Amino acid sequence: MELTVTDLAVGRGGVPVLAGVSFAVAPGAALVLRGPNGAGKTTLLRTVAGLQEPMAGTVHGAEDRVAYAAHADGIKGALSVAENLAFWASVFGQSDIEAALRAFDLEALRNRRAAALSAGQKRRLGLARMRVTGRAIWVLDEPTVSLDAASVALFAEAVRAHLAAGGMALIATHIDLGLDAQVLDVAPFRAPAQAMAAADEVFL
Amino acid sequence: MRALFVRDLRLALRAGGGFGLGLAFFLIVVVLVPFSVGPEPALLARIAPGVLWLGALLSCLLSLDRLLAVDFEDGALDLLATSPLPLEGIVVVKAAAHWVTTGLPLVLVAPVLGVLLNLPAPGFGVLVLSLGIGTPALSTIGAFGAALTVGIKRGGLLLSLLVLPLYVPTLIFGAEAARRAVLGLDVSTPLMLLGGITAGVLAFMPFAAGVVLRVNLR
Amino acid sequence: MSLWEYANPVKFLRLSERVMPWLWVGAALCLVVGLVWGFFFTPDDFRQGSTVKIIYLHVPAALMAINAWFMMLVASLIWIIRRHHVSALAARAAAPVGVVMTLIALFTGAIWGQPMWGTWWAWDPRLTSFLILFLFYLGYVALWEAIEDPDTAADLTSILCLVGTVFAVLSRYAVNFWNQGLHQGASLSLDKEENVADVFYQPLLVCIGGFVLLFFALVLYRTGTEIRVRRTRALMAREASGAPLRTEGV
Repeated sequence: MELTVTDLAVGRGGVPVLAGVSFAVAPGAALVLRGPNGAGKTTLLRTVAGLQEPMAGTVHGAEDRVAYAAHADGIKGALSVAENLAFWASVFGQSDIEAALRAFDLEALRNRRAAALSAGQKRRLGLARMRVTGRAIWVLDEPTVSLDAASVALFAEAVRAHLAAGGMALIATHIDLGLDAQVLDVAPFRAPAQAMAAADEVFL
Repeated sequence: MRALFVRDLRLALRAGGGFGLGLAFFLIVVVLVPFSVGPEPALLARIAPGVLWLGALLSCLLSLDRLLAVDFEDGALDLLATSPLPLEGIVVVKAAAHWVTTGLPLVLVAPVLGVLLNLPAPGFGVLVLSLGIGTPALSTIGAFGAALTVGIKRGGLLLSLLVLPLYVPTLIFGAEAARRAVLGLDVSTPLMLLGGITAGVLAFMPFAAGVVLRVNLR
Repeated sequence: MSLWEYANPVKFLRLSERVMPWLWVGAALCLVVGLVWGFFFTPDDFRQGSTVKIIYLHVPAALMAINAWFMMLVASLIWIIRRHHVSALAARAAAPVGVVMTLIALFTGAIWGQPMWGTWWAWDPRLTSFLILFLFYLGYVALWEAIEDPDTAADLTSILCLVGTVFAVLSRYAVNFWNQGLHQGASLSLDKEENVADVFYQPLLVCIGGFVLLFFALVLYRTGTEIRVRRTRALMAREASGAPLRTEGV
């Protein structure tokens, strides 16, 4: 089932930032979001992931199918790499973490405490988490921050494999991942000034 | 759910402070009491049940502000919220892990500290029993408070201000049971009321906590 | 026309501005008449002497302390169910008034208790319950102050108010169980037999009326302030975004 977003308006703290956003992502396809900082990419992704309510419009086909990765990875420094992954796998009702370790070149680090990882390694672990969720829609917010070129290639490869298996991806990023994906620039959807000020309309 | 429970226990164990800190705090509070009221055995025996209950309550409070805040800050809570686990369930599991790492050890060492305070012999059993019944309510109410203040920077003090008044009924019935046992009176009424409060808290508080957590995550 | 029309902040402001002068005048009138009548034109109680006259402050303040919380509870429910901003702001506005009422009740109680019971404070169930109510008020006000986003704050404080109400009632019974008290029975009840004598009763009713009017005046006034704060925010947001301002004002 495809992910359909229709006429979506999203907001931060009750103030709309994007309005009238519509797109569809079919199984096997990816959508890359672009736009300047503060344009509302993160807010849009959080809304699609169901972390916040849309201010208007609908998100169809996302419920209980989204794996979300944000700037903060939720990695526990006191646990080993394998333990971190195994935890998320079992939260999502999965058990196999080997494929994910392999895909992100973490096998050698599997027993290392996550606190001892470098920023890039942590990021890889955070992305490996996506693979163990078994969810169809990957919602990724700036996934390549602090990754080196080789890791970016690993990540792109993992996304491609996910898409080839019928998955979907929604990625906010500034760099070119070499994916065969549609690109959506969110800048034109910036909520009009009227709508922005209308947050407290009832008080005017 | 079990994975989250195991993870929280493991984190509490590995972070060191988990088990130890609350217990050490409990010990220190109890040790300080004779310094402040004098070493007279009869006086200590009279106030022992109340002091032990108050000490346990404060030790419970100590670790609450990290209960959800850690997961909130490192993003794990966002990720958990998108997982198949309901937020209410997450709160229950977190409260349970908090009870196992904080409440249960307190229950177990309370009799030892009772000796320090010259707690009369008939009080021991009921003290442990009342703490055993009451501390799960303390952890669950605390989880609600932690959910309320999770988005607030340095919410620890506010958390105490919000949670302590909610602890009043539990403290009253728990300490009253232990006090009555020391005096040789019937303890079934306060114990039943205490159990009733704990049961009510366990049944309803996770839902309230789930609602406020959802508000704080959006 | 439905009552909910006044959930619109602008309409609410207009109405409250028309009503408020009457409330202020009524409150002042009732309080002056009630207090002067009570203090100077009632006989001394045969047992309590003239100390009994503090009843004209103590009882109304205590009543309003509880009613203010009750009003916050209703307002919180309205916010949760219908999401009218005025309701949340009125709950916020009522809380500090409730705090002051609780303090007045506690202090006048202490002043009354000293000559009567020989002590400023006793851990009597009623006194203790009021102290606990005071703590609940403090937590509620502190939570409002701690959260920046007004709608989030309204949501969280509403839930706190609901949960707090349940625990306040529980505490009331727990405290009763824990200590039987010194406090006399209720000064007023619908069942006439137990009431204080008529000479004291009539000025007391006037005083209670005065406190009720004063409470409503204060809450309306403070709610108006809260609405204007939000209005200023909204206007500033609109100006910053360059959208045209609507000129119709309050």
